[in-house]
Amino acid sequence: MNITLGIRRVGQWSLFSVALLARSAVVLKRPRLLIEQIYNCGARSLIIVMLSGLFVGMVLGLQGYDLLRRFGSTESLGTAVALGLLRELGPVVTALLFAGRAGTALTSEIGLMAATDQLVAMDMMAVDPLRRVGAPRLWGSVIAMPLLAAVFAVLGLTGAHVIGVSLMGVDAGQFWSQMRASVELKDVVEGIVKSILFGTALGLIAVFEGFQSEPTPEGVGQATTRTVVVSSIAVLAIDYLVTAVLL
Amino acid sequence: MMKSRQAVEWTTGLFVVLGFAAIFFLVTQVTGQGLKVNQSTYSLTALFDNVGGLKVGAPVSMSGVTVGRVQSIRYDQKRAKAVVVLAVDQQFNQIPNDSDVAIYTAGLLGGNYVGITAGASDVVFKNNDQIELTQSAIVLENLISKFLFEKAKDGTAKP
Repeated sequence: MNITLGIRRVGQWSLFSVALLARSAVVLKRPRLLIEQIYNCGARSLIIVMLSGLFVGMVLGLQGYDLLRRFGSTESLGTAVALGLLRELGPVVTALLFAGRAGTALTSEIGLMAATDQLVAMDMMAVDPLRRVGAPRLWGSVIAMPLLAAVFAVLGLTGAHVIGVSLMGVDAGQFWSQMRASVELKDVVEGIVKSILFGTALGLIAVFEGFQSEPTPEGVGQATTRTVVVSSIAVLAIDYLVTAVLL
Repeated sequence: MMKSRQAVEWTTGLFVVLGFAAIFFLVTQVTGQGLKVNQSTYSLTALFDNVGGLKVGAPVSMSGVTVGRVQSIRYDQKRAKAVVVLAVDQQFNQIPNDSDVAIYTAGLLGGNYVGITAGASDVVFKNNDQIELTQSAIVLENLISKFLFEKAKDGTAKP
C-alpha cells in the first residue's frame, strides 16, 4: 500500500517537474520575479551559509592537522581542506542548509498560498500559478545554490587558514602552494556541477511539496517536514551518483 | 515582511557579486590555473626516454625557482621518445643553450617537476629551440631492481 503510494508520488513529482520546466520561459520574460526569488533563496541564506562555512573550515583545519601530523605531512593541509571543501562539503553541506533554510520557506509559502486560496484566485484570473509562483522559485534556487556553495568553500578555506596557519603553525606559503599545485580546475567544476544539480533537485522538491500540500495548517506543516526529509536524502543520493560519474 | 524594492535589488546584487567573486577566487587562487595565464612565454622542447609521472602544468624550475610550466607531453614514434614542451616565462630569456634538463620528484611522494641546470655557453635558447642534454625521470622501481640485482651479484661473487 505504502509502496504503491510512494511510486505514485514519484510519478506525480516527475510530471510536475516536467510541467514546471516547460513553464520556465517566464523567468526570462519577467526577470523581476526571478530576482525576488534569488533574494529569497540566496541572499537570505547567505549569513547561515557563511557562518557554517567558517566553522566547517575550522573543524577541517583542526581534524586535518591532527590527521596529517601523524604522517608528518602537515604542509598538505591546504590540499586536503581545499579538495574536501570544493568537491564534497561545500556543495553537500550548503545544500542541506539550503533545504532547511530556503526549501522549507518555499514549501510553506506556497502551501499557505494554497491554504488561503490565493492559487485558486490566480487560476480564476487566468494567471497560471505554476508559471507565476513555481518557475521563478525553482530557478531562484538553481542560481543561488552554486553561488552559496562557492561562498561556503571560500569561507571554509579562510577558517582552515585561521586554524592551520595562525593557530597550528603550518607555513602559509606551503599551505597555499601545495593547494595550488594539486587542486585542478576540474575539482572546482565538479563542485559547481554538483551544486547546480542540488539546486535543481531542491527547487523541484520544495515547489512540488508546496503545491501538493493539504490546504490546512497540519498539511502545510507536514509538507514542510517532507521537503526537508526528501531533500536531504535526494542530496546525498545525487551526491553519490555524481561523484561516481565524475571521479 | 518583504523589504522595499530597492533593498531587495541591492541585497540580491551584493549576493550575486559575492557569489561570482567566490567562484573567481576558487578558480584563480585555489587551483594552479591562474598562475600560467598572466605572462607571455616561449617554448622549449626536450626529448626524454622516460617522463615518469610528469604531468601537463607541472612547474619548470631553475635553481629551485619556478620559471615556467610544462605545456604538453606527447610520444614521438619515430624517435621512440617522449617530447615535452616547456613554456618558459619571457623574463627568463638568458638560458645558455648548453643547459641540461632533468625530471625530478618533489619530496618522497610529491609530484614530478622539470629542473633546468644552467650551462656556460654564451648563446642563449630562443623560442622553439630543443634542449639537447636531457636526463629522464628516476623511476623508483628501476632503482630498486638495479640495487637488488647488484646485491645479488655481489653475493654470488663472494665465496
